[in-house]
Amino acid sequence: MQELQYPFDSRYIIKKKKSIKRQLLEQGGSFLDKKIAVLGGSTTHDVCAIMELFLLDMGIRPQFYECEYAQYWEDVMFDNPELVSFKPDIIYIHTSNRNIRNYPDMSMGSDEVDALLDADYDHYFKMWGKIENTYHCAVIQNNFEYPFYRLLGNADATDIHGRVSYINRLNERFAAYAREHKDFFIQDINYLSASYGLDKWSDPLYWHMYKYALSMEAIPTLAYNVSNIIKSIYGKNKKALALDLDNTLWGGIVGDDGVENLEIGPETSMGQVYSEFQGYIKQLKDIGVILNVCSKNEEENAIAGLNHPDGVLKPDDFILIKANWDPKSKNLADTAAELNLLPESFVFVDDNPAEREIVRTQLNVVSPEIGSVEDYIRVIDHSGFFEVTNFSADDKKRNEMYKENAKRAQLEASFENYGDYLVSLQMEGTIKGFEPIYMERIAQLSNKSNQFNLTTRRYTRAEIEEIAESDEYIDIYGKLEDKFGDNGVVSVVIGHKNGDILDMDLWIMSCRVLKRDMEFAMMDELVREAKKAGIKRIKGYYYPTPKNKMVKDFYALMGFELVNEDEDGNRIWEFEVTDDYEDRNHYINVNGRKGEA
Amino acid sequence: MSREEIYNRLNEVFRDVFDRDDITLSDETTAADVEGWDSLIHITLMDAVEEEFEIRFDMKTVVKMKNVGELADAIEKLL
Repeated sequence: MQELQYPFDSRYIIKKKKSIKRQLLEQGGSFLDKKIAVLGGSTTHDVCAIMELFLLDMGIRPQFYECEYAQYWEDVMFDNPELVSFKPDIIYIHTSNRNIRNYPDMSMGSDEVDALLDADYDHYFKMWGKIENTYHCAVIQNNFEYPFYRLLGNADATDIHGRVSYINRLNERFAAYAREHKDFFIQDINYLSASYGLDKWSDPLYWHMYKYALSMEAIPTLAYNVSNIIKSIYGKNKKALALDLDNTLWGGIVGDDGVENLEIGPETSMGQVYSEFQGYIKQLKDIGVILNVCSKNEEENAIAGLNHPDGVLKPDDFILIKANWDPKSKNLADTAAELNLLPESFVFVDDNPAEREIVRTQLNVVSPEIGSVEDYIRVIDHSGFFEVTNFSADDKKRNEMYKENAKRAQLEASFENYGDYLVSLQMEGTIKGFEPIYMERIAQLSNKSNQFNLTTRRYTRAEIEEIAESDEYIDIYGKLEDKFGDNGVVSVVIGHKNGDILDMDLWIMSCRVLKRDMEFAMMDELVREAKKAGIKRIKGYYYPTPKNKMVKDFYALMGFELVNEDEDGNRIWEFEVTDDYEDRNHYINVNGRKGEA
Repeated sequence: MSREEIYNRLNEVFRDVFDRDDITLSDETTAADVEGWDSLIHITLMDAVEEEFEIRFDMKTVVKMKNVGELADAIEKLL
C-alpha cells in the first residue's frame, strides 16, 4: 500500500490505522504468520498497532503478545506462563533511556562509573541469555536514544559522568553482544531518533502523560524500522534494483544531449550529486543487491552513457540492461523472468512519476517516491528495502553468480543438445548432512526460497542447529560448483523419522540451479540416507502458495505417487524405498564419486 | 473559525479514528458516550485533533479536559 511506503505521512497512518488495517486484510493474499512478543519498558499499544500495518503490508501477519506495563525483564526472568505458552517466533524488547536504572552522578570515580555500567549491562545480558536458553527465537533489542538534555553541555559526550557518554558506552556493549550472537539484532534507535530529530522523538509530554518513550508521531518511524528487521529475518527483503538512466543515474537525456553533455562527475554540482548517487548504488551491489537497467533509450546510447569516463557505474556492474522502447512494466517483467526472480523482489527507481505509477499498478512492484536527485539516497536508504540481518558470503558474491549465470546461458545457446551442455559444465556437487559452517546459509535459504519450496516452512539458525544435532531427522544440504564458479549451498532437504516412515518437512532449491539435475542428485542422496536409517517409505507434502506452483508436480518427477489431494490443493505423496533404486542424476559428480555422463 | 465548523471537523476526525461514520459530538459528549473511547485511543485522538487544526496542546490543557466541549474550547483558544 503506497500510504505505508517511506516517506509516509505518520499522522495520516496514526489517524487512519483502523481503516488501513481493514483495507489490508480485505486485500487478502497469502501471509506468513508470526508470533511476536513485544516486551516494553514503556507503553507499547500503538507500537504494536502500527507495526501490524507495516508487517501486513510486507506479507507477514503478526500475532502479538504484550507484556504488562514495563514488565519486560520480569516476564523473561520469572517465566511468565503466558509468554512461555505463547511460544514467540520473535521477541522485541522495546526499552529506552527511560529504562536505564543507574546513571553516574558527579561524585563518582571512574571505577564506580565502570561498575555502574557493568550492572546496567548485566541486567540485559542476563535477560538475553535467559531468552536464548528458554525460547530459541530471534531477539530484536533497542539500543538507547540520547537523553533529551545534557547537564554538562558538550562535555556530556566526553566526561565519564555525562549521560551521553554513558549511553554511548552502553550502546557499544550492546553492539558487541550482537556481533557475537546470531539471531540477535539491535534496532538502532540511537540513529533513528537522531535522523528523526531527537527533540521531537523524545517529547517528554508523551512520557509523562501516557508513558510512551517516544512521541506518538515518531511511532510509525519506529514501527516501520523494526518491521524492516523482521521482514529481513524472514527473507522478505528486496533482492534487485531496476534503474532508469536519464535523470536518474545522470542528469540529462543521453539520446538528445549526447554523452559529453551529461551531468555526471566532479565538474558541476549537479554532476557531483549524480556521482554520489551512482556511488551509493555501487555500494548496494557490494551487499548483494542485483543491479539492472530499465530505460527507454537506444541500447547503444544507454551503453555509451554508462561508459561515461566520470561515471561510477559501468555496464559491467549490471546483470541485465534493458534499453529499448517497450513499456517498462514489460522490461521489468522480462528481467525478473530471465533472472528467475519474482517481480516483487525488485525495487524500481525512476525519476518519472508516470513510469513509477505504471510499474506499480501493472506489476505490483515497489517504486519509491524518490523526490529530487539530492533525495534519492535518503529515500532508498530509509525505505529499508535491503535491511541486512544475516550477511553471508553468498550475498557478497551474488552479482558475480548472476554474471556467471549469464555466461552459462550463452554457453547453453551454443549447444543443440541440452545434455551436452550439462556435461560441458563439469558440475561437482557436495551433498551431505548439515555442517556447522553452512548453518547460517541453510537458515537463510529456508527463509528466502519461495518458488522452489514444497512446504514453505521457515527455520531460524537455532532450529537448523537443533535439527543437525538430533537423530530424529535426515537433513541434507547440497552445494554445486561448475566450471564457471561456485553456486554455494543451493538446496536443502529435511525429513523427520516416524518409525520406518520419513515425513518430508522441507525441500527447497535455489532457482538459479534449475534444470541442472541438482534436484535428482538430492533425491539420490536422500534415498541413500533413508536406506541407511532403515526407512521404508518417504512421504512428501506439497502445500500450495501463490508462489510455488512450479513444484506442484515435483514429487511425481522424483518417482513419488500421489496418495491424497484436498480441496485446497494440499498434496501428499509417497515413495517406496527399495534396494533396486537407480540414481536419477546423470550429470553431477557428487561427493567425488564419478557420475556417468 | 465558528464553533459549528470546529464541530464539523471534530466529527470528521473522530469518524476517521474510530473508522465509523455514525459519530456526532456535542459539548456534553464524554469518553463514556463513544464506544471504544479508551485511554489508549485517546492518545491517537489528541494527535489527530492537533493535526486537523494545526495546533499543539500543552500538558496542562490535556490533563484538564473533561468533555468534548472543553476540547472545543481549547481548540478555539489556540486558533
